[in-house]
Amino acid sequence: MAQQDTVEPTRRDFLYIATGAVGAVGAGALAWPFIDQMNPDASALALASIEVDVSAVEEGQSITVKWRGKPVFIRHRTAEEIEKAKSVSLDDLPDQFARNSNLPADATATDEHRAAPEKEPWLIMVGICTHLGCVPLGDAGDFGGWFCPCHGSHYDTAGRIRKGPAPENLMVPPFEFVADQTIKIG
Amino acid sequence: MAGHSNYVPQSAAAKWLEARLPVISLMRGSFVDFPTPKNLNYWWTFGGILFFVLVAQILTGVVLAMHYTASTAAGFDSVEHIMRNVNFGWLLRYLHANGASMFFIAVYIHMFRGMYYGSYKAPREISWILGVIIFLIMMATAFMGYVLPWGQMSFWGATVITNLFSAIPLVGEEIRTFLWGGFSVDNPTLKRFFSLHYLLPFMIFGVALLHVWAFHTTGNNNPTGVQPKSKQDTVPFHPYYTVKDLFAIIVFMILFAWFAFYVPNYMGHPDNYIEANPLVTPAHIVPEWYFLPFYAILRAIPDKLGGVVAMFGSIAVLFVLPWLDTSKVRSGTFRPLFKQFFWIFGAVCVGLGYLGAQPAEGIYVILARILTAYYFAHFLIILPLLGFLEKPKPLPASISEAVLAKSGGGQPAGAVAAPDTK
Repeated sequence: MAQQDTVEPTRRDFLYIATGAVGAVGAGALAWPFIDQMNPDASALALASIEVDVSAVEEGQSITVKWRGKPVFIRHRTAEEIEKAKSVSLDDLPDQFARNSNLPADATATDEHRAAPEKEPWLIMVGICTHLGCVPLGDAGDFGGWFCPCHGSHYDTAGRIRKGPAPENLMVPPFEFVADQTIKIG
Repeated sequence: MAGHSNYVPQSAAAKWLEARLPVISLMRGSFVDFPTPKNLNYWWTFGGILFFVLVAQILTGVVLAMHYTASTAAGFDSVEHIMRNVNFGWLLRYLHANGASMFFIAVYIHMFRGMYYGSYKAPREISWILGVIIFLIMMATAFMGYVLPWGQMSFWGATVITNLFSAIPLVGEEIRTFLWGGFSVDNPTLKRFFSLHYLLPFMIFGVALLHVWAFHTTGNNNPTGVQPKSKQDTVPFHPYYTVKDLFAIIVFMILFAWFAFYVPNYMGHPDNYIEANPLVTPAHIVPEWYFLPFYAILRAIPDKLGGVVAMFGSIAVLFVLPWLDTSKVRSGTFRPLFKQFFWIFGAVCVGLGYLGAQPAEGIYVILARILTAYYFAHFLIILPLLGFLEKPKPLPASISEAVLAKSGGGQPAGAVAAPDTK
């Protein structure tokens, strides 16, 4: 004979589940400080922006400045380099997005979207290879731009990835020209 | 373990202790009376050698930590301080740095021994898996230890390796920031690496005890792969293997000492004597030699996520090795085809190591791709198929029979035939 075993939950069942639930929440709440201490601390988050005077950077020269612990390339491009960057069809680019923090995320990787607005000779980018984080070498590589010695990524004169394992174009950081020859990064 | 000892406490103190905590019979059962196959060759001494190296690393590491300063401002200088000012600091650091290489030399031999003799097969899968876990913790420990001197290779090695995690879809960037504790490898990164570098060896020690516990429960594998069938097939661990292991450890110490005293920087990289500079990447970044095969696999795949997946996959595949090898025969000695593929695989691993040290261009990339494909094919195609295609040689009836056949037959008498009953 089938027997009806279903019993009404008792107060003991309720206490058991309630204790377990409170214990789980408590363990999670206690674990969080141990996990969150690994995240960037207040001093790392207090990101000072930097201002750079670029009046001494002649055409064809570049400088590297440090921002957020990372190198930022500031290059004063020659007309030839700009021409070279502009002549590339979008279809030839492995990464078709501009990766420019000052533009919407879906902006295409045209030279206008990579260079400083209204100041086309100036190219400002974080000098960190998007593959595994090395600093690419300037005036190098098959496309006359940058070459990462670690795993062989080639970037063109607009800092766009052209060949090699890197998945994205070099990132353009948030910046603006606060004066004619002064750039504020961050 | 404890069950293998017929130890009966004699003194009053031993009886008192044994009734409260049976630690003497546990130790005797595990490392004195433990019945061990009598035919273990010198390839089996690397477990003991690894224990020796682990203890040596912990000892030298603890004293180095008394002099080292974990900070980007003082880390590099404190290592030079250890080298120049601290009494015997140069010796302790060279022992520790070369000890890491020794650890990997021994562990690779130990792993290839396990692969050749089928030590990963039933019933020893858990022991093998624990071994792979130890290998992973070892790699993490060695990597973080290499960052501590805060030289150029430390910094850029740390940058490249932590950037591997940014390849993870969706949360990769957040994980990387979490690992760094900032927006680049910096002071918080160095300090947590130091803390973890101190912690992980003790975890290795714990997992190593589980590793031993597992194969002491199943019994050791041996060069024939045939399970011991009688008491005639085994000898007590002490003195037979304590002495054999100790002899091997002493020979290994000669190699260790030769590196530490004569060519202490041979396995290091000169760029690591240049202080870390976040703005300049060395022209040619290479990891320590023991990571080179995996580094070659990483670079062989022309896709960021793909390369990272292949690299981690090359280790992850070891976890399922016990189920990929379909052959019922454990020892490679009785597997004529497997034996050949084993040596090809060994050569492929060495080849990947060579390619990992070369620049990522031209013919090197093509070769690395071929060898990477072969590496995975060995585990995923060759081993599963061999179990069906290969006709193994006949197995000896017992370990004793194999030993006697090797020594030219004839029945030895007395202690040689049955050392356990002497």
